[in-house]
Amino acid sequence: MSDETLLAERRNGAPLRAKTGRSGLESRQRHAKARAASSFSGFAYWATIVFFFMPLVVLLVASFDKEKGGEWSGFSFIWYVKLFTESGELWRAFGNSALIAFASALTATVLGTLAAIGVTWYKFPFRGYVRTLNFLPMILPEIVIGISLLVFFAGVGLKLGLVSIYIAHATFNLPFVFLMVSARLDEFDYSVIEAARDLGASEFQTLMKVIVPMSMPGIASGFLTAVTLSLEDFVITFFVTGPGATTLPLFVYSAIRFGVSPVINALSVVMVAGTVALILPLRNYLKYIAAK
Amino acid sequence: MNGSDVTISRVGKSFGSFAALDDVSLDIRKGEFFSLLGPSGCGKTTLLRILGGFEVPDEGTVAIDGVDVVGLSADKRRTNTVFQSYALFPHLSIFENVAFPLRLRKVPPKVLSSRVKDYLALVQLEAHADKMPAQLSGGQKQRVAIARALINEPSVLLLDEPLSALDAKLRQHMLVELDSIHDKVGITFIYVTHDQGEALSVSDRIAVMNQGKVLQVGPPHEIYEDPATDFVARFIGETNLFRGAVVRSEGLLATVAIPEVGEVLVTTDDPVPAGSSVSFAVRPEKIRIAAQKPAAARKDLNVVKGAVDEPIYSGFQTKFYVRTEKGVTFKVFKQHADYSDKGPEIKWRQEVFLSWSAEDGTLVEVARP
Repeated sequence: MSDETLLAERRNGAPLRAKTGRSGLESRQRHAKARAASSFSGFAYWATIVFFFMPLVVLLVASFDKEKGGEWSGFSFIWYVKLFTESGELWRAFGNSALIAFASALTATVLGTLAAIGVTWYKFPFRGYVRTLNFLPMILPEIVIGISLLVFFAGVGLKLGLVSIYIAHATFNLPFVFLMVSARLDEFDYSVIEAARDLGASEFQTLMKVIVPMSMPGIASGFLTAVTLSLEDFVITFFVTGPGATTLPLFVYSAIRFGVSPVINALSVVMVAGTVALILPLRNYLKYIAAK
Repeated sequence: MNGSDVTISRVGKSFGSFAALDDVSLDIRKGEFFSLLGPSGCGKTTLLRILGGFEVPDEGTVAIDGVDVVGLSADKRRTNTVFQSYALFPHLSIFENVAFPLRLRKVPPKVLSSRVKDYLALVQLEAHADKMPAQLSGGQKQRVAIARALINEPSVLLLDEPLSALDAKLRQHMLVELDSIHDKVGITFIYVTHDQGEALSVSDRIAVMNQGKVLQVGPPHEIYEDPATDFVARFIGETNLFRGAVVRSEGLLATVAIPEVGEVLVTTDDPVPAGSSVSFAVRPEKIRIAAQKPAAARKDLNVVKGAVDEPIYSGFQTKFYVRTEKGVTFKVFKQHADYSDKGPEIKWRQEVFLSWSAEDGTLVEVARP
């Protein structure tokens, strides 16, 4: 807080407080109130909001347009009706995506969490290299991962399809979970583990009753990230897919080659609505994750 | 609850080329409040971790009530540890933290609840049972850690610098509390600290350690008044320590020639022959400081002349640094036992006489010829 605000506060008869005695949060809140709305930052704020949400608004409007094309031709629910009644193939692709997202995220979460615990709290040769190597799939271009997985699957003779996509997704999701759980574990002191053992817990009990619950926020955010990444992945999936195993992004891509059908717009709006409906009740929990 | 004897014999432990413990042997008695005292890196924490089952010694044995425990992991030992960093489980409430060991043993809920309440009452935290560790102050967290370590009814409680993260006032308070908990539960306490004040005030016996070795074991007054080595004399409290040689010896009265001080009289427990090389130590609070030369009524009074280099007033006492004519500095503590508002009697740069009787000095590290 500046001296001027302190003086002003004193003039207004506010109780005198030591300048340093104020918590960071309190002073941030005061600053927010004091700032004028018509500043450059206010402009930047609104510009960002518009930039972020304009495409969504366009999509929303287009999904209610009666006819295909750029010009407004009247309000209609026709594309929504088509989406829910005449789009069997689309829903099959959506089902595939959901199944793969859930299964691969679950696998990546279990493996990534165990890997993070092992690398953080156990000593073994080349531990530092394992840690670094784990981040490779995050940095490598997707196309490299896609090709290498394809070569690998061909080499071991795995038939391309849902299983190969599932394995591929679990693979590229693993480092994200690993990173998030590691970050959480790094905050804890190893003596917590020793304390659990000292109080009579076996190694497995320590894992289940102390380490996993303690790193739950990291595990949960890792899982959610993995679901999202899997749902939206196109490049890697494109390489390792096989006949009949179409995910939603692949379906949409093949559909827009014949011009964007407004059914896709309607689907997008439904998905955005679904995500918002999911996130709102979870908002406090997400905040808790971020705060931890 | 009953305490256990702990017998440590010839324990050695190295980390790479660093010898953390070198041939350490200690006998700790049932129900004793025993302190391991030494500067950081002296091996005291390593020894405690070996007792707790977190480290395996390279050589030697550790026995609790005569049973060798070296091969047992931490969860199989009747020892519990209070960690320096508290090590509370951040995701569990205070109640659940203390209940943790009982839940592992599947204690029935009714028994569990009343036991946890008893132990929270022991550390005066009944009112905080539903809080999370993050909501407690440092002193409260430490008390939770103590209750959690005691609820399993261990026969030995290991405390690893439990008070080092607390501020000075709270530390004093917790120390008294720890002592009263020890009186109530009656088990063996092994307390690791680098703070000689803590160790002196609560321990039944103290082992002073340095560089992986035990230098002296004994009750606090023995460690303070009769240090076995120069290191112990310097590490425990403050002292004036000089190297010298015995030049005359009459029964239990020895005359020590110290190059920087002159000849000093000192009484000893055993006769020390002339020609022995010794260290002479006298505690600052045993030296009297006066502006006038004391009347030579007693034959065994040592008197040294000097000038005040630095007086440090701290309310209950003044600490003087006095430089003698031969250029060495003595530390002298003068207690302010009587009320006085006149200001200091002895001022900076004033010429003073230091005196102490032969009984107040002690000989350390006697090397007989």
